[in-house]
Amino acid sequence: MTYQTITTSTDTAAKVLTITLNRPEAFNALNTQLLSEVADVLEQADQDQGIGAVVITGGSKVFAAGADIKEMASLDAVGVMNDARPKHWRRIYQFSKPMIAAVNGYALGGGCELVMHCDIVIAGESALFGQPEINLGIIPGAGGTQRLIRTVGKPLATKMVLSGEMIDANTALQANLVAEVVIPERTIERAHQLATTIASKPPIAVRLAKEALLKSFETDLESGLNLERKAFTLLAATEDRKEGIAAFMEKRKPEFKGC
Amino acid sequence: MSFNNIEFVIEDGVAILTFNRPDSLNSFNAEMHSEVRAALKETKKNPEVRALVITGNGRGFCAGQDLSDRNVAPGAEAPNLGESIEKNYNPMIRSIRALEMPVICAVNGVAAGAGANIALACDIVFAARSAKFIQAFCKIGLIPDSGGTWTLPNTVGQARAMALSMLGDRLTAEQAEQWGMIWKAVDDEEVKATAIETAKQLATQPTKGLALIKRAIHASATNTLDEQLDLERDLQTIAGRTEDYREGVAAFMEKRQPTFKGQ
Repeated sequence: MTYQTITTSTDTAAKVLTITLNRPEAFNALNTQLLSEVADVLEQADQDQGIGAVVITGGSKVFAAGADIKEMASLDAVGVMNDARPKHWRRIYQFSKPMIAAVNGYALGGGCELVMHCDIVIAGESALFGQPEINLGIIPGAGGTQRLIRTVGKPLATKMVLSGEMIDANTALQANLVAEVVIPERTIERAHQLATTIASKPPIAVRLAKEALLKSFETDLESGLNLERKAFTLLAATEDRKEGIAAFMEKRKPEFKGC
Repeated sequence: MSFNNIEFVIEDGVAILTFNRPDSLNSFNAEMHSEVRAALKETKKNPEVRALVITGNGRGFCAGQDLSDRNVAPGAEAPNLGESIEKNYNPMIRSIRALEMPVICAVNGVAAGAGANIALACDIVFAARSAKFIQAFCKIGLIPDSGGTWTLPNTVGQARAMALSMLGDRLTAEQAEQWGMIWKAVDDEEVKATAIETAKQLATQPTKGLALIKRAIHASATNTLDEQLDLERDLQTIAGRTEDYREGVAAFMEKRQPTFKGQ
């Protein structure tokens, strides 16, 4: 497949797919085509046994500066209602394997929302996060109001969404939007390293862990614990669990097969 | 580029920014701020520039803010100094610190107020023997800005930083050198030439490597040893990937002089 708005590369040995947003002329603004291409790649990667984790990055300068405002300007209410974008966001969110965002520079609006679709965020020191939609008379439209408040809490989320003010990488780290802050030159490398580590783990366990973690936002504790128990039980039926425990007892490295 | 309040030339890989309002000891007015901003931007952008020299014309280096811009009439509303700092002084200090090349300062004469702290924001500071550093802010009810309350305790320690800031005494170039506030005091007539010569020599060196040194040393002021060790590992990784590192090692092995490109 060739794509116009992204580039992809697969590190076969590490089982890591890297998706690079590639609209430098528009600060990687997330137009509909870009969203649909990201969703397409993720859907293929979901079926591909050779991929264990994904890195999403915008490169060394900017992650993504938001939605494509020109595109948005042409839509009236009916157009917005019929817009394909929410469908693509949903496809991205349904990706079952770990996604790691490597963020340098701006992650604004839709860019910040894409960051929050990822499971782990690595930020370069220069990264800036924000939901500036309010300045255009709109509000975040890809889960920004819901995910930001669950991630950073009410005080900061409200400040960001209502004022449009950005936060820097260290603030994002303190607020738990970001897992690690590194020097900008290492952002992608560190994300890739982490993706490699995760991709080396037993994939069914990784997938169920991701599912259980994400479900915690949507369930009461009792239902969440039930889900965890069922996932835990299901894993007892896997070969990889046997191998993992045997290798631990025998003090050797496990060899996981993904079954 | 032509300017009214500064001179700005580029020669042999070195940008030379000279404050040029000698009649008012090179103190800053609004226009001078915008000119310095433009010059720093060009320094950053121009790939041929691999070192920067900052100095002043006349008998002073820089007397900080031009107070004739700031005279408050009786009964008038208090000026918002924070605004001017946010718009002018802070971006200037941040730009100097973030420039990925050595910044050499030639303090040719008195450096007072923000002028002193602009000098201290540079990487290597030479001062004329007759030059004085004065944290004059306290005399008019203000606090040292342009990073002074950070650079002073970091260079000379809290006791000296506090006394310099509260007393507003003149500190001679030689005392500043002895205290480790600046690199060297040199004879008046040599200060600019020494700074420019040093910058030209540095402009032939591995610029990227020098920029990484600058980053590491700046970070040390707020890092723990553990954090600093991690940072050294990361920055050395980057340094090890530069062309200049290859060239440096190759030249050493071949027993010849290296030719660094700054990449």
